[in-house]
Formats: sequence, C-alpha cells, structure tokens
Amino acid sequence: MTTEKLYFYPVWLRVWHGFNALGILVLIVTGISMQWSIDSPLINFSLAVKLHNIAGVVVSIGYLLFFAGNLFTVNGKFYRVKPKGLGKRLVRQARYYLCGMFKNEEPPFPLSEKRKFNPLQKYSYILVMYLLMPLVVITGLALLFPELIIEEVYHLSGIFLTAVFHSALGFLISIFLIVHLYVASIGKNPLKNYRSIVTGWHEINH
Amino acid sequence: MLNLIRNVFAFVLLVVSLSVNSQESRPLSEGALHCLTCHGNQTYTLQNPWTGQEEKRLMNPYFIIDTTHYRTGVHRTFSCTDCHATDYETYPHAAELKLEPLSTCLDCHGGDDTYAKYQFERIDEEFQKSVHFVKSGESFTCSKCHNQHYYKPTARNSSTVSEIVSYNNAMCLSCHNNLARFQLVSDQQNPVLAQVHAWLPNQELHFRNVRCIECHTQVTDTLMVSHNILSKEHAVQKCVECHSSNSMLKASLYKYQNLQARSGKGALGAVLQNESYLIGANQVPALKLLSILIFVAALAGVLLHSVFRFTKK
Repeated sequence: MTTEKLYFYPVWLRVWHGFNALGILVLIVTGISMQWSIDSPLINFSLAVKLHNIAGVVVSIGYLLFFAGNLFTVNGKFYRVKPKGLGKRLVRQARYYLCGMFKNEEPPFPLSEKRKFNPLQKYSYILVMYLLMPLVVITGLALLFPELIIEEVYHLSGIFLTAVFHSALGFLISIFLIVHLYVASIGKNPLKNYRSIVTGWHEINH
Repeated sequence: MLNLIRNVFAFVLLVVSLSVNSQESRPLSEGALHCLTCHGNQTYTLQNPWTGQEEKRLMNPYFIIDTTHYRTGVHRTFSCTDCHATDYETYPHAAELKLEPLSTCLDCHGGDDTYAKYQFERIDEEFQKSVHFVKSGESFTCSKCHNQHYYKPTARNSSTVSEIVSYNNAMCLSCHNNLARFQLVSDQQNPVLAQVHAWLPNQELHFRNVRCIECHTQVTDTLMVSHNILSKEHAVQKCVECHSSNSMLKASLYKYQNLQARSGKGALGAVLQNESYLIGANQVPALKLLSILIFVAALAGVLLHSVFRFTKK
C-alpha cells in the first residue's frame, strides 16, 4: 500500500474554515440561547445578542472571502455543478455510506487531485455554501437593520417572517454541522480528516 | 368607456365613504353644536354691544375643539354643558366660570353598574400607586392623559396592534414630548426621550411597535390597561422580560392581538403566529416540533451509523 500526500486545503481556505467554524459555533450556541431566551448565568440574553451580532458579521465577511477565493482561485472548480448523471452518483455514494463501507467495499469515488470531494459531500457543500449561507447572511443582516424589512406581508409581520426564516436556516446549518463533523470521521483513521483541515495535507492510501 | 369606469369608481367611493362615516360618527347634540359654532372654528364672530358692530376674532387655539376627533370620541353624544357649567351658554362667558371645578371621570364612571366592567375604581387604585400620582398628587387628573373630548377605547376596539400602540404612545408623548404641557405638573424640563432610552437597542422600532406602558407599568392581568405607571428606576430593562417564550407582553399588548386573531382577520397570521410573538422567541409550534424531529433523526442516524461502523469492523 502506498500513501500519497495531496495538498488539498490552501492556507486561505484553512484560515477561512477556522474562523467560520468558530463563528458558526458561537452563532449556534447564542442562537439557541436567544431562541429559548434562557437567561442562564452562563450566557445572559444581552451578551448572547452581542456575541451573535459580532460572530454573524465575522462569518459574513468570511463568507465573502470564501466566495472570492472560489471565484478567483482553482479551488472553485470543485464546486461546479455537473447535472449529467448526478442522481446516480449521489445514490452510489449514499449506498456506499449505508451499506458498501460495512462490507469493506472500495469507495466508489476515490479522492484524487481532481476530485477533492465525493458527490454527496460536494453537493451538500454547494447547497450549504451557495444557498443556505447567502440566505442566512442576508436575513441576518436584515435583522441587524430591522427598519429595512417590509413591515407586513399578508397580515404577518415582515420581521417575524425574516426571524423565523433566519432561525430555520440556522437550524439546517446546525444539522449540517453535526453530519459534517461525523462524516469527517469516516475513514481508516477517524482523526485523519480533522488533521488535514489543519495542516492542509490529505493522505490517500492506494 | 373611460368616463363610465371613472363614474362607477367615483360612485363606489362615495358609497364607501358614506357608509364609513355613518359608522364612525353620530350627529352631535344640539348643545354641542351651539358651542361649536365658535369653538369648532379658528375664528368666531360676535356682535360687540359697546361698538354696536359685528367683529371677527381669532379663537384661543387651546379652546378649539377638533370636531372630526370629537365625533369619533366616546363622549360624542354629550352636550358641552353635561360637564361644563350651563352658564357657558351665554356670551361673553363670565370670567369666574374658569374657576369652576370640573367633574372628574369617577364622578360619572365610579360606583355605577353600567361601567362596572371597566373597573374604574381599580384603575384609580392602581393609578394612585403610580409615579404620576406620587409626584403630582391630585393635580394629575385622568384628563392629563385621556382627553375627554376625543377619547377612544382603542385597546378594546382597534383591530391593529400598530394603531393601539401609536394611539397609546401619543398620550404619553403629549406631555413627555411637549415642554409646556410637561411643566403643568413638573418644574423640571422634560427629559429627551431618545437620550434616556439610549440603552435600548433598535429604539425607533421599539417605539413604533410597543407601548411605553409595556415597560413602564406594573402589569395586572385582570385590568385591560395597567395604570400603575412606573418611574424609569422601576421600569423593565431586561430584554428577556419580553423576548422570551414566556413574554410579559402576552399579559399586556398581545392580549388584544389575541382578540384580533380570533376575530378571523388574517387567518394565516392567526395560525402561524398564534403562539409566536417576538423576535428572540419566534416559536412557531409546528416548526419547533419539526426541528426537534429532524434533530433527533440526525443524531439517531449518526449514532446508528457509528454503531455499525464499530461492530462491522
């Protein structure tokens, strides 16, 4: 068996990923605390609001960095949607996660210099980074300047709708985080992927 | 064709405006009409017995009655002399009439079964604990806030929260944003509201969407509107008092919105917003349940998968 080392994650990506991870964690914790408005001694409401605002701005700026990075560097090519045979690829990867990997089958889409993510991974990242994130950033900014929001939509307060939408998006991103963290542990060595996102180097066994 | 449409449109507008007017205003009493010939206008005309000439003069602006508002107020069917002295019916009015003590609200509304459901005596009890009464005593009458000429029970009748809020806040602002009226009961300058509320996030939005009394009263469940106005030292300053699933607003402002929701207006709003009142506690029950289900499913999925991973190794 040979081990190939690939430089998967450039510095800018790792820096963004680090800030984003910290920011998102703060956002989730403070978001939940505001959702239930638990005035716990650990984190009181006004502190939660303040932290949520700061982390929100940090993550939004980080998002711009990520967006620009993918626009201007080669990293963007890993995020291009290829609709042809997409369904089949997703099903194959899902089948591997649910069944194949327990039978010691080889992964259907081995990672290489040309393929940084498996199909499920790739499309969940696209969904989160190019749909959920922009929406959560826009609704979050709107809530930061609530006077900009349309006052009433069919008898419903515009702020109320924005807030519900924002928290629903935040919730979906939290669910993504759980799955993201778990799936990262899949592999021969459960810690390998966590190490890669810190060092940038990804090891592939042939 | 265009003309026909225009005429039909004009007719519909006329019918609608007539029906709206007939609902809101009733004819004024003879007595009121008599006084309003002068007090309902900017100017009045009198026959001066000294010069023998007819003279037109400016009415003192504080004594002008806004007839549009008067027509929609609760006391609109009254004659002026029901509360003011009958001697006012002659002109020129005698100077000492100014010193005549006017009836207070409780003179009519207190101890009368007709008004029992409004609990005027309890309101008076609550008011006597308020900062207004404590600082100014008896000189702080009901009419300092509730203008008898125009008063409308908005909290009971209005179908929109924003109308309740703006009507109610206008009462507070009539003194707290007006030095002359403020100094009727105080020797000090009225504090600049934007400054004393500088600590409040999204100040403008709060001022537009909740009443001053939301934070500045001791909420009493059994009263429609709490009258124990609190000083700034005792007012609510904690965000979670409102921004929580157990918001104190449920016992104050939003108890009226409940009435509105049940009245059928905005059915979608009633369903979705039934238990969700505020940012920070946007708990739509259906979404809350769904999110718990998704969360549990995600955790169960992860757990199950890892169990398989370790057992099938």
